[in-house]
Formats: sequence, structure tokens, C-alpha cells
Amino acid sequence: MSDTVSDTVGGVRDRALRVWLAVGAAGFLLAPWYALPDSILSTGWLTLWLSKENAPAWWQAWAWQRPWLWLVGGLLLACALAAGGLRDRRQRANALAATGAAGFAGTLAQGFAIGPRGWTADWLGALFGPLAGGQYGMGAGAALVLAAFAMIFALGLAARGAFRGDAFVACSVVAVTALVGLFTFYPVTTILASAFEDAGSTFSPSAFAGRMFTSKIWGLGCLGGGTRCGVAWNTLILALSCAVACTALGLAFALIATRTTFRFKRLLRVMSVLPIITPPFVIGLGLILLFGRSGVVNHLLEAAFGITPTRWIYGYPGVLLAQVFAFTPIAFLVLIGVVEGVAPSMEEAAQTLRANRWTTFTTVSLPLMRPGLANAFLISFIESIADFGNPIVLGGNFGVLSTEIFFSVVGAQLDQGRAATLGILLLGFALAAFFVQRAALGRRAYTSMSGKGDSGLPAPLPDALRRVCYAVVMPWVALTVVIYAMALAGGFVETWGRNFTPTLRHYVKAFGLEWGPSGLIWAGAAWNSFWTTVRLSAIAAPLTAALGILAAWLITRQRFVGRSAFEFGTMLSFAVPGTVIGVSYILAFNVPPIEITGTAVILVACNVFRNMPVGVRAGMAAMAQVDASLDEASTTLGARGFTTLRSVLLPLLRPAVVAALVYSFVRAMTTVSAVIFLVSADYEWATTYIINRVVNGDYGVAIAYSSVLIVLMIVVIALIQKLVGERRLGRRTAGEVRGGAAQFGSAA
Amino acid sequence: MKAASIEFRQVVKRYGDVVAVRGVSFTVAPGTLVTLLGPSGCGKTTILRLIAGLELPTEGRILIGGEDVTEVGAADRDVSMVFQSYALFPHMSVLENVRYGLVVSGTKVADAEARAREALATVGLTGYDDRLPSELSGGQQQRVAVARALVLEPSVLLFDEPLSNLDARLRRQMREEIRDLQQRLKLTVVYVTHDQAEAMAVSDRIIVMNRAEIAQEGAPRDLYERPGDRFVAGFMGDANRVTGTLKRRDDTLGDVALGPLTLRLPHRNLPDGPVDVAIRPEAIALVDAAASPVRATVKKAVYLGGLVEYTLDTPIGELFAVSLAAARPHAVATDAGLEFAPRGVVVVPPDPSGRDAAP
Repeated sequence: MSDTVSDTVGGVRDRALRVWLAVGAAGFLLAPWYALPDSILSTGWLTLWLSKENAPAWWQAWAWQRPWLWLVGGLLLACALAAGGLRDRRQRANALAATGAAGFAGTLAQGFAIGPRGWTADWLGALFGPLAGGQYGMGAGAALVLAAFAMIFALGLAARGAFRGDAFVACSVVAVTALVGLFTFYPVTTILASAFEDAGSTFSPSAFAGRMFTSKIWGLGCLGGGTRCGVAWNTLILALSCAVACTALGLAFALIATRTTFRFKRLLRVMSVLPIITPPFVIGLGLILLFGRSGVVNHLLEAAFGITPTRWIYGYPGVLLAQVFAFTPIAFLVLIGVVEGVAPSMEEAAQTLRANRWTTFTTVSLPLMRPGLANAFLISFIESIADFGNPIVLGGNFGVLSTEIFFSVVGAQLDQGRAATLGILLLGFALAAFFVQRAALGRRAYTSMSGKGDSGLPAPLPDALRRVCYAVVMPWVALTVVIYAMALAGGFVETWGRNFTPTLRHYVKAFGLEWGPSGLIWAGAAWNSFWTTVRLSAIAAPLTAALGILAAWLITRQRFVGRSAFEFGTMLSFAVPGTVIGVSYILAFNVPPIEITGTAVILVACNVFRNMPVGVRAGMAAMAQVDASLDEASTTLGARGFTTLRSVLLPLLRPAVVAALVYSFVRAMTTVSAVIFLVSADYEWATTYIINRVVNGDYGVAIAYSSVLIVLMIVVIALIQKLVGERRLGRRTAGEVRGGAAQFGSAA
Repeated sequence: MKAASIEFRQVVKRYGDVVAVRGVSFTVAPGTLVTLLGPSGCGKTTILRLIAGLELPTEGRILIGGEDVTEVGAADRDVSMVFQSYALFPHMSVLENVRYGLVVSGTKVADAEARAREALATVGLTGYDDRLPSELSGGQQQRVAVARALVLEPSVLLFDEPLSNLDARLRRQMREEIRDLQQRLKLTVVYVTHDQAEAMAVSDRIIVMNRAEIAQEGAPRDLYERPGDRFVAGFMGDANRVTGTLKRRDDTLGDVALGPLTLRLPHRNLPDGPVDVAIRPEAIALVDAAASPVRATVKKAVYLGGLVEYTLDTPIGELFAVSLAAARPHAVATDAGLEFAPRGVVVVPPDPSGRDAAP
């Protein structure tokens, strides 16, 4: 896709076509067709190039009884013939699109149809006859061939005039669709399918019903005062109470930040960043250190009043408390925008109409904030049902869906069908809440600011309300500070609750460095998982940002059939809870043809596709600021899509790109719920390592490690903020980003 | 520079159910300036974007320089465009903006800069190379946009309402410069505007659009003096629309009765009987009440300096007239006689399919 002089023959960009045909040929003729036990980058496979494991497709077909791979070669040949043989522009474009699509579908189909023991379904064997051999997961060769087929298909579409004839746009849409299909839709469909399978992998709705409608999920025993309730009810009750508490607290915070003369407003803003940089279980840890059986509070109570320590913190109260701590800042972030958005002139109007402060607040301000309150409620609800870190640390016998899913897969039960069923239930809850939220925001009504300046002053809060807000917020802030202080201090004492002697023992154990005969030795127990996490997060972050910005560009700047479906697809993983993603990745990618569990690939893919929606959102918001005529001007000046994106849009979008980068890196570093299913001995994640330490009662190392992560995140964010901040101070201001029209206003 | 022709063959553009362009065919001869004129939403900008390749047609063929480019995207067409907002890249200097098209198509940077400076000189903007677009005035930004389009020596140059962001005085100057440039460099130019005077001033030919279709196509004078229907008559300058009665006399001329008055006008092959008649405001002259069979009462007189606008009550309806200001203008509520200059009165064919679009 070069932008030099157009070398079009019959309307297809020939250079791009030749490149992709070469890629396809390399995938078929040179690269190992099947997945290797080692990384493709370790060049060991070259020495045994034609062995049964390492051979490329043509040799597999020729020498190792895998004749079905000739089909792939034949389809590649058909693409080449269409490219080279046809002169008529339209015929050639149609032929390329058709052979590309057939090749992609055919290659996938043979992968799914033929497994390690031959045909994967009996009717296939009946139809085509028995097979001599089988095959394993696809490898580098297959990936190259699939990519080539997809891109040839896209180039054919572009030559037919789709995507306004732009090959880069066509290739991007096809590539993003294929990737989202592979890493979001395929796993989610797999989990749906396996929920409806019995132990023998045959379709069985009764097995699903049996797993779904049990008292362990829907039991209502707790109402009768006896045994426990089902996990579905636990999850819902927890989420509802968490959402109510977070919304109320968030509103109190927002009111104090905007409508009072509170002197430490900056502190509130800082607190709102904390949950983004904190691994989700840190608050749980802090609560244990504070309220746990050997926590500070219990110690004091026992010493002062002789009250026997209890374990009340483990269970519903503890999880709820931890979640409210963790998610109130998010509700606050949502609500502060809404509270600021209420036009002061409305409140002034109410006051001139003889309403006192209280009446003004209840009849004007609060109703105007209603959509924001609904949004904050739903976001807290979604966060709560998706949360894994706090319930696993504090839940005790109080099971919720996300932890039950985990125990179904890793515990003694090992019941994938049950995990899938619970996963579907959780996904259903999350999607329902997500769609309610979208619908609620769809009518987003009143708070949008008009272009007119509003010179009014926000009404001060009624005295009673102000006192309530302070009374709630002040202790809460204090408690947050204490919890974080506990979580950080805990790493510096021998054994919390029993022996408060200061020590660096835990840090040495986790992050010790030694000088050995051959130089530096990373002796600490945490280094392995630490570097894996940093490395894979650093790989995932630019991929996430690139995919997100690319998708945002396609959604906002290109018109093509199925664009809204495309947008939905890129956003879908946002609504899927991490535990569901984790289980579905295991179910989908543990078996051929795509067998990547236990590798670094699956960890990177999981992070990229879970965090991509945020990149898409950020990109879309930023692109809305840049006038579309800039792109069109670039296009009419001969720049293709890629050049326009690189030399016109990206320079104008740099802050959004950086934000997406930071966010995806930080999120990848602190994620737990999905990766806990995907880590392996070779690739361990920092957060899962910490959770394992907590579960084993080894709080010292866990706390030390969490502290290091938090400090690292703060450093990373501060660095990036500094870089981005400096750029904003440059000679251009945001208002100039709209082309020359900005100064004159444009008549449509 | 090799000016190319443009040909549309039955081009249709639909967005879902909305038809933006409905079966349009026309040809633009090489080296001419053709204006697409029409009210907003008539499809003229869509046609421009179809020529540029920013949109591809739903049906029909588009040829540029005789070559079928229907499926060719904007980046591969030898067409440049000056945008209504100018669309100057705000993060690039004037020189970087102008050389952009050359650089992305593989020209060496030094050559590209030399040619960019030439183009800037052509539009009379030397010495602003390192300025940012935001540091230029509106007229200067406009020139940069033109230079950026010109530097590629396109076979077709497109202007999308290029003057709408300028004030009235600058607008007249820029439109003359665009016309000069087009004549000097013998460019094929397609120009979109909704301003009829601007269209008349710059064009070799005008295509009047209405409701996604071509209403009429022709030289400015043809359109003004022989509008094809009431819409065109009303859109090409002001026109009083009245009803008269036609009686043919020979192959070309007929008698048109307007109340007490009968004028001899080209009948334009319309059948005898009632016809629509368009009377240009400047074709109505006010004379002494006794000197004409048509009497009018001055209802309103607006003094505009050089001109006076009259609203008149007459036996053939209310008329709007413009005359040069006389020493003694006709006062309100006085009577006057009317005379009609036959060149400014024309019978108008009825609108096809009974459309009745207000101008």
C-alpha cells in the first residue's frame, strides 16, 4: 500500500496484491503450517524443516498424508490466476474478491473439520470418506495464508469500488473484523455452545437446564434464615447494594467538589484516579489488615474492651465495603460531569421564582441530574458483577458468579460446562445492564451544554444537605487514606497483627537482586511474573491503541455497509465480564485449530481485545474534534487512506493516542479476572501471582508487590502526563484544529 | 497542464432511501468553467464529490478525459478540490500544505518545494511560506487552498462554494481571480455555488440543479433570458411571475396579453392559451401615468442609493420593480404608468411533473 505513483492495472493496486500473494505463498511453501511447541522466533524448527511437525503445507500434503491441504494451495493458485490472468477490471475485481473469500473460508473450514483424530464430526466422515491422519493447531504458515486470503478479498472489494476504492480502508475493515471475530465473537459463541453440551460434547438443552436451574444458583435459602442463597442472587444483591451506595457517595463527592468551598478538591480528583492504577484486590487487602481477624481494629477492640475478634469482614459485608471503596471514584467521575453540566441559570431562574435552596435542589437540580445518576448506578452495577479480585480475597463462603466460574474451572470440580453456564448467566446480567445503560443514555436529554455562555453562579447547597455530604464524605476520605496507608505499610512489618517489627524482608523476598559470578541475578520471587507482565503489557498497549484508533477512524470517517455492526463488534468486549472472557478463551483456544492457551499470544490477545473499546471511544471522541474536510482534502491531493491517517490525523490526535496507550498499559498491568484463567507456569501475571500469595496467607509479599505496582503505575502516568501536558502548551490551541473555517464559521 | 473533459452518464447516488442525485447526465468540455448552481440540498455538492471520487455513484458511469473512472477512488483521480472550509492542515505551514500533494505522490521534497513556491506565486502569495494557516487572513487561506490544489496540475479542478467564508468585497475580488486563473491556465473547472450572481460572473456554462436533478443547463445568458421552467426563472435572478394569454402569430413570435397590455414575445413553442410569464424587475419602467395603458399604484418605495426598489399594485398583480434613482422618485400612493422592456419578459414553460419549487 505505497503511495507512490499509482501502479494500477485494471483498477487493483498491484503492488499490494503482489505483496499479499507473496505472503500467501510464503505461508504455504516456507513457514511451518502447524503450531510449534516452541516459539516461531526460536529458529530450532529450521534444522528439521520437513519433519512431520515443522513442515510447510505443501510438504504436509505431499509427504505426511494431509492431502486436504492441497485445497489451500489450489485456492491460493486461483487467487494468483485471477490476479495475473484477467484483464477486464470488473471481472478481475470480482474474481479476486471471490477467490479471497473462498480461500479464507476454505482454510478455516478444513481447520475446524479435521482435528487430531481425523474428522471432527461423523457426518463429515460419512460424506467424504475416512481420513488417514489428523492435524493439530494452526501455526505461522496457516496464519500467513489466512491473512493473505483476507487481504486479497479486501483488495478485490476495493477494486469493485467498495470503501470508495481505498485499498487501505478495505484491508483495515477486513482485518479488524477478522480479528474481532476471532478474539471476541468466536470465544463468546464457544462458551454459548459449550453451555449447551453435556459431558460427551453433544448438544443437550437438558444438560444446560440441569446446570442452570439448581438451588446452588437460584436457591433462596437465606430468606428463610437457614442456608445460603444461590450465587445468582448473591451477585445481584451485592451489585444492587454496591450500585446504590456508590451512586449516593459519588453524588455527595460531586456536590462537594462543585458546590461548596471545600478546600481539598484536588484531593478528590486524585482519589478518582486511584482505582485505575490500583490492582482491584488492594482495597480488599487493606480491609483485611484493618478489619480482619488479626487486623488493627480488632486488636484495639480486644485490648480495650476484651471483645473477641470475629471474621465478619469475610463475606457479604467485606466484599460490599471493598467494592464501594473501589467503585465510588468511578461514580464520582461520571457524576461530576453531570453536576457541572446543570446550567446555573436554571437554578437562578428557580430562585427568582421564589423557590428556596432546598426546593431548588429537589425540583430543578436533582431532576436535571437524573440521567447521570442512572448512568453512575449502572456503571457501578456492571463493575460490581464483573469484579473478581475483591470477592476472591474477601468472599469467604459468600460466592458470586465470577468466583464460582473460577472455581468451576480451576478447583477440584473442573466442570467446564458449569463454568460456561455460569458464564452465560453473568454475561446475560452484564449485557442487560449494558443495554439498559445505553438506552438510558440514548434519551440523554437535559444536561448537554449549549454553546451559549452561562454567566450564572451554581446555587450553594442547602445547609442540611451540605452537612450530610460532609458527614459522609469526610470519614470516607479518611478511611480510604487509612486503607491505602495500611496496604502500603503492611509490606514493611514482619507479620501483620502478630509482629509489627519493621523489616524489608518481604521486599527482598519478592524483588531481591544478587551479584553472582556471571553478573546480576534476579533472585526475587516476583521478578519472573513482574517482567512477564511488564513485557506483555508493553506489547499489548501499542497494539490496543493502534487497533482502537484504527477502528475509531473507520467508524467515524468511512462509510461502508455494516458499519454499525462493525462498531457494535468492536465495543462488545467492553460489556463482557473478565471472568467470562477468561473462560471463553480457555474453551475456544485450548483445542485445534487455534490452540494458543499457555502461550504469551493468548495473554496479549486477551488484553488487547478487552481494552480495545476504550481506545475506540477515545479515538472517536478525538476525531469528532477534527473536521472531516481535512481528510477529504488530503485524499483529493492524492494521499491514500494510510497516508492521510498518518500525516494529517495522527499528528492532530496525538493526545488521544497517548491516552489510549497509557490506559491500555495500566489496565493490562492491573487486570486480574481474565488473565487468571490464562496464565501458565511460563507466563505468570503479577496480579495472579499476588492473589496466589494472598490465598496462601502470605500477605507480606503480596502487599510489597502491590505497592511496587502502584508506585510503578504512578510513575508511568506522571511521565506520560508530563509529555502530553507539554505538547498542549505548544503554539497551537485546540480551536485551530478545524481548518481555516474555525475563524469564519462554515455555512453548510 | 492538460485540461480534461468530464462526462456523467445517468449517474445516481443514493444514501439508503434518500436519493441525492437522480439520473444525471452532462458533459463539461475541456478548459471551460462550469458552475453547479442550486438551492441547498439540491445535490450539487454531491455531484462535485462524485467528480472528486470522494463518493462513488450507486449507478451510472463517470468519465474524466474519456476514461471511465467510476470505481476509481479520490486518491487515484487526477482531480483537485478547493474546499468550502479550505481544509488547510492546521499543523503544517503554508509551504508544507502546498507541497503535501506532491510529497505524498513521491516527488522529491526539494522539487516539491520549488513547485509549491511557484504555485504560491501564481496565486500572489509569496513570502508566507512558514506561516501557519491560523496566522493568515481568510483571503490568504483561500489562496493557499487554491495553490495547494493547483500545484498538482490536475486535469480537473473543483471549487466547493469557495467564497462563502469571505466578506462581500473580497468575494468579488477572489471570484475574478479564480476566473482569471482558469482562463490563463486553461483549466477545466467545476464550481459549486448557491449564489446566482457569482455563477453568472465566473461561468462559461451553468448547470442549474433542483431536487437531485438538472433543471436546466446552458450559458449564463441563455438561462437568464430563456429559463426552462418557473424554478429556473425564479432562481436565476429575481422574477415577477404572472399569468398571461398566448396567441401564436408565426414560427417564433406570439402575442402575450397581460391585462390591458399586449407584448410581442417569442412563444417558445408553447400552446395557445394561459401561460406563465416571468418579468425581470429591471425590465419594468415607471413612466407618467398618462403615457401608458397600464396603471400602477406605488405601494412601497425603498431607496438604495443608486437604485430604487418599488412594490407596485397593478391590474396584472403585484409587481416588484427596480429602477435607477431619478431626481424625483415616484412617491408612495401615487399612480404611475408602466412600460415593459421586451428583453426582460419571457414566457416560461410549465414545470415538468407539476413541481413548484420556490426559489
